Amino acid sequence: MKDLGIFCGKKAVIPFVMTGDPDADTTVKLVESMVEAGAAAVELGMPFSDPLADGPVIQEAGQRALASGTTLSSVLETAGRITERTSVPVILMGYVNPIMSYGFDRFAKDASRSGVAAVIVPDLPFDEGDELYDALRAQGVTPILMVSPNIGDERLAEIGRRAEGFVYCVSLLGVTGQGGLHQGMKEYIERVRRHVSVPLALGFGIDGPERAASVAPMVDGVVVGSAVIKAFNEAGGGPEGVARGAKLVGDIVSAVG
Amino acid sequence: MTKKGYFGPYGGRYVPETLFPALEELDRAYEAIRADGDFQEELKVLLNKYSGRPTALYHAERLSDSLGIKVYLKREDLNHTGAHKINNALGQALIARRLGKNRIIAETGAGQHGVASATAAARFGMECTVFMGEVDIARQRMNVDRMRLLGAQVVPVSSGNKTLKDATNEAIRHWVAHVEDCHYIIGSVVGPHPYPSMVRDFQRVIGDEVKEQIMAEEGRLPDALVACVGGGSNAMGIFYPFVDDAVRMIGVEAAGHGIETGEHAVTLSGGRVGVLHGSRSYLLQTDDGQVIEPYSLSAGLDYPGVGPQHSFFKDTGRVEYVSVTDDQAVAAYGKLCSLEGIIPALESSHALAHLEVMARDGRDSLVVVNLSGRGDKDMDSVRPFLLGEDKR
Repeated sequence: MKDLGIFCGKKAVIPFVMTGDPDADTTVKLVESMVEAGAAAVELGMPFSDPLADGPVIQEAGQRALASGTTLSSVLETAGRITERTSVPVILMGYVNPIMSYGFDRFAKDASRSGVAAVIVPDLPFDEGDELYDALRAQGVTPILMVSPNIGDERLAEIGRRAEGFVYCVSLLGVTGQGGLHQGMKEYIERVRRHVSVPLALGFGIDGPERAASVAPMVDGVVVGSAVIKAFNEAGGGPEGVARGAKLVGDIVSAVG
Repeated sequence: MTKKGYFGPYGGRYVPETLFPALEELDRAYEAIRADGDFQEELKVLLNKYSGRPTALYHAERLSDSLGIKVYLKREDLNHTGAHKINNALGQALIARRLGKNRIIAETGAGQHGVASATAAARFGMECTVFMGEVDIARQRMNVDRMRLLGAQVVPVSSGNKTLKDATNEAIRHWVAHVEDCHYIIGSVVGPHPYPSMVRDFQRVIGDEVKEQIMAEEGRLPDALVACVGGGSNAMGIFYPFVDDAVRMIGVEAAGHGIETGEHAVTLSGGRVGVLHGSRSYLLQTDDGQVIEPYSLSAGLDYPGVGPQHSFFKDTGRVEYVSVTDDQAVAAYGKLCSLEGIIPALESSHALAHLEVMARDGRDSLVVVNLSGRGDKDMDSVRPFLLGEDKR
C-alpha cells in the first residue's frame, strides 16, 4: 500500500487552509511558511457554498475564497504551484458537489497532474464514493476516509478494509472549530486502531498547542484548521496573518514533538 | 435493481460519517413502523382526531366555470396548522418518540413546517428548535410568533441568502453535534435516505384520500393532478398513490421573476444533477458547482434542490414539470379568494395558476389541484400586489 510520507516517526502536524482566502498568492505564501515551521503535510480547502461539516470560521474562509473568484480549477492550479515549491504532501479537502460538477475523472487527472497526494471529501462516505475514489486511485491519488466517535464496529471494520494513506478521525460530534473533544477519546482511538492498520490523524476541535499535545500521544498526527485560519485572519489575512498562522503551526509542532 | 435509498440514479446518503449511525437507526425504525399496525393505527387516529383528516375534496364550481374545466381542490389547507406539513410532522414525532429522543429540530422556509413541528412537539411534550433564515423570519412574522407560542425556540440563520437552504444547512450542522439525543424532522421529500421515502409515505395519505374521494364523487379517476414543487412533499404526497394509474401529473415550480431573469427556483427545469443536503438530485448551481441562491416570492418554494424521486420522475417522464412566475401565482391567489372564498398559500397558488394553461390547451376535463396550505401567512407578501391600491 502506498505510503504518503506524512507519518515518519514524529507526530505529524497537518494544517488546513482555505485555498484562495483571500487570494491564491497568499495561500501559497501561507503554506510555504507553515512547511518551514514544520508542517508534515498541508490540506488545501476547496471552497463550497454549503459546507455542512464546517463551523463559522471555515464557512467564512470559504465565502472569502469564493468572493475572490476561487474555482475548483484555480484550486488545482494553486495546488500545482505549491507542490512545485514544497516537498510535503498536499491533500485537497472539500465537498462533493463542485467535484461532481467538474467531473470525477477530469478532477482525478488534474489533481494528479498538480501533484496532489490525497483527497478528502467529508460528505462522500465510502458507500457513495466508488466512482470518485476509483478515479482517484487510477491516477495515483489516495482517497482518505473519515471516522467519527459514534461509528459502529461493523462500519469501522469496513473502513479499515478500505483505508489507504491514513484515516481521518473526527475528534467530536460536531462541526469544525467547535470546542471540546469527545468524551472517551482514548477508548475511541483504541477502538479505531483495532480495525484500522493505516496511520491515524485526528482533527476537528484541535484549537492550539495544549490540546494538540494532549491528544498527540494517542494518534500519528493532528489536523489543525479553524485555529490556523483564525490566527491568520485575525491578523488581517496578509503578511502578518501568514506569520501568525505559521507561528501557530510551529508552536503545535513543538508541543507534539 | 436500484440501490437501496435510490430512485434510479438519485438519492443516496451524502453525509458526514457522524450522521451515519442516526440515519441507520432511523432507517431501521422506518422499516419497522411500515409493517407495524399499532404505529399506523396511532398515526391514523392522530391525523383524524387531531389534524382533522380526511381533508375535504372540494368541487370549486365558480373556478371551474371560469376555466371551462372541472376542478377539485384537495383541501390540505383545512388541516390543523393550515398545511399538509402536519401529516409528516406528526409521523416523525411518533418515530422520534419510538427512538427515545425527546428533542426535535426542524428547518423551515414559509414557517409552515416549523409550526407543524412545534405543534407536534407540544402535543408530545418534546423540546423543539426550529432553524429559520432571517429573510424568512422577516416575511413570515406570524408563523414565527406561532412557533414561539407553541414553545419552540426559533433560531435565526444569517448565513448565505438567509432562507430555506441556509436554515437546512444550520439544522444539519446542529444535528451533527447533537445526533445522539435529537431527531431531525426534515420537512420535505429531500435529504439523505430514508427521509425522501419516509416523508413521502407520511404524505401519501393526501393521494390515498383523493383516490377514494374522487371515485365517490365522479366514479372515475381524474385526468390530471396538479401540485406545486419546492422540495416536493405535497406533490409527492398526492402523486405517489397514482403512479401506476393513467393519470397525468403536473408539478409546478416557482419561476420567480421569470426564468430568463435568473431569479427563480426552477430546479427541475433549470438545474443540473448535483448533491445538496445529503442526496443526489437536480440542483440549481453555477458552472463551478456552487449552489445558486434561488428566488421566489413564496418562502416555501424558495429552495435550490428538489426531492430525488421528483428528479427520477422528471427523467422517466412520469411527471411533467412546469413553472409559474410570482405575478401569475399572485393573480391565482387573488382569483381563488374572489371566486371561492378561499385564501390559498402562495405556494399552492403556483399550482392554481397553471390551471389557466390547462384550460387553454383543453387536454384535461377533470383536474385535482393540491391546495397544500392556506394563505393567511402571505398577507405581507401579497399586500403590495393585491391591496396596494384601494380596489374596493
